Amino acid sequence: MGIKILTEHINVPGIETLEVYRKHGGYRSVEKALKTMTPDEVVEEVKTSGLRGRGGAGFPTGMKWSFLAKPEGVPRYLVCNADESEPGTFKDRVFMQKNPHALIEGMITSSYALGANTSYIYIRGELMFVLRILEKAIAEAYAAGLLGKNIMGSGYDLDLHVAPGGGAYICGEETALLESLEGKRGNPRNKPPFPAVKGLFASPTVVNNVESIASVPWIVNNGGAEYAKIGVGRSTGTKLISASGNINNPGVYEIELGVPVEEFIYSDEYCGGILKGKQLKAVVPGGSSVPILPANLILKTAAGEDRLMTYESLSDGGFVSGSMLGSGAFIVFDEDQCIVRNTWNYARFYHHESCGQCSPCREGTGWMEKVLHRIEHGHGHQQDIDLLVSVAKQIEGNTICPLGDAAAWPVASAVRHFRDEFEWHIKHPQEATLPGAVYRGQLETITA
Amino acid sequence: MAEIINEVKFSDAGMAEIQRYISHYPEGRQKSAILPIMHVAQAEFGGWLSPQVMDKIAEILNIQPIEVYEVATFYTMFNLKPVGKHVLEVCRTGPCCLRGADQMIDMIKQKLNIEEGETTADGMFTLKPVECLASCGTGPMLQVRETYYENLDTEEKLDQFLETLRNTEVETPYHQK
Ligand SMILES: Cc1cc2nc3c(=O)[nH]c(=O)nc-3n(C[C@H](O)[C@H](O)[C@H](O)COP(=O)(O)O)c2cc1C
Ligand code: SF4
Ligand code: FES
Repeated sequence: MGIKILTEHINVPGIETLEVYRKHGGYRSVEKALKTMTPDEVVEEVKTSGLRGRGGAGFPTGMKWSFLAKPEGVPRYLVCNADESEPGTFKDRVFMQKNPHALIEGMITSSYALGANTSYIYIRGELMFVLRILEKAIAEAYAAGLLGKNIMGSGYDLDLHVAPGGGAYICGEETALLESLEGKRGNPRNKPPFPAVKGLFASPTVVNNVESIASVPWIVNNGGAEYAKIGVGRSTGTKLISASGNINNPGVYEIELGVPVEEFIYSDEYCGGILKGKQLKAVVPGGSSVPILPANLILKTAAGEDRLMTYESLSDGGFVSGSMLGSGAFIVFDEDQCIVRNTWNYARFYHHESCGQCSPCREGTGWMEKVLHRIEHGHGHQQDIDLLVSVAKQIEGNTICPLGDAAAWPVASAVRHFRDEFEWHIKHPQEATLPGAVYRGQLETITA
Repeated sequence: MAEIINEVKFSDAGMAEIQRYISHYPEGRQKSAILPIMHVAQAEFGGWLSPQVMDKIAEILNIQPIEVYEVATFYTMFNLKPVGKHVLEVCRTGPCCLRGADQMIDMIKQKLNIEEGETTADGMFTLKPVECLASCGTGPMLQVRETYYENLDTEEKLDQFLETLRNTEVETPYHQK
């Protein structure tokens, strides 16, 4: 059992209430930061902690905070990204639902560090029931003087609001999120200007993931140096992992960064092994956008070292033999899963979610979906495999926002690691379209 | 053909919700509240947004109706055509498929005798496939208004769920507070 920073009290009955939350040490960081630290001191602690953004990109949080522009007389905003729409990711939802005050505490301490007097939690619209849990907790915090004017007599004022989205994956991208929060279509903005200079309502803004913000109270209470001791190398601290797919214990796990992947999959403390004792076929370790890896490469790097749950280890080998930690959505495939079908499903998803502003993304995601659909349904051509690779290449790096890359990588990696499975579908369309047919190497089919 | 347009009138509780959301934004930024207001409207007016309802939202926010249409057509949660009493928003994305979402969707189609996007003849159910709902560990799953129904991996569970829903009345969520 590793240290639990975010989930230590998550299953305590009543933790969603202010009373129980405070009994377990809640809101200590607000008192400490507002009464004994300057905002810059809080930023310094977060820098020292080495905390990296938990929304997917892994950008150091303290560094992001230090980029925030501070022109005189202009308000600054902190916006919490609770859009959580990346397929495979459900950690933020579970966290907010069970322990809303932990996010609110993080919002207060972080807003203070950034000098924001109004902050927003943008939550995907499907999670209205979580919005209501958060709003109830926020009302309790206002009533207790933890929000509003002159918080705990410190002279610091903060208003905190929750804003629901309307169903659009792209609104997780930070500039699309800001557009949406301003009541517009969620089209990502051209950068620069970056949100740190011109974000919400054209004012300097920091956008951070739920988990990043929720990690701040512990850092304030215990110091950034203590946080930096947890984990491995530049992967400091703990991470919430959403584990799904063909495993015995799907769910959200808080791990110390550095747990070996093999242990994470097979230990009863975490995934508990593959469902029904089947073989592991592949893993998508960081949400649908990151490259898929076959069993041998997820357990060991190409150099034969144990793969660890860290930013560095999961990306070891680049896109040739590695992947990414991403949002920490660990999706496990057993031997009965068809990679072609799954890749088609993801391509359909990205085509559906493309905002349509840039032609490589709008057209390219459509092409990939179409080509994968015909391969999956027994109408593929031999050239289709190279066509997929070439379309993916033309999208990558040529778009306004990273959704284009996110659409290209799963396709490119599936073809890279499972090319024979694609070929089998094309060469044996009849067998491949039988219900439950799965390629198991060497043209052997098993039908359900 | 002349159409008699009934006046669109929000309930008092709905209007209070709307004003509360508007108050969350700086002056002159009231348009920011458009998404929450559309959620309130959809809950109040039968699960979809008619042009009349959208025009009313434009009036409340003091913006052009086209600005409301523009937003409503971008976001998948807003239904622009009438829907059944219960809209089954079924997750069809990869992680849920690993746990049987395709089979669940097929079973629903069979049992209700409708295709994706259709409504049952009795107006009880609409089947609406949606993307990942951040509940991948408990798939296959679906959402009806503000409730998640999870682990619907057997026919018995699905039958039981449909039966419960048949006997469930629709309420606007902020009335329950
Ligand atoms: C298409 C797309 C979807 C994204 N979805 C999310 C999301 O749901 N939640 C999130 O925190 N970040 C998401 N991100 C990343 C955000 O743009 C941003 O980097 C992040 O919120 C920053 O917070 P962090 O530094 O704390 O990670 C997404 C990015 C892209 C390109
Ligand atoms: S990459 Fe795709 S989603 Fe992003 S702005 Fe361009 S079209 Fe929109
Ligand atoms: S894939 Fe269905 S909830 Fe995530």
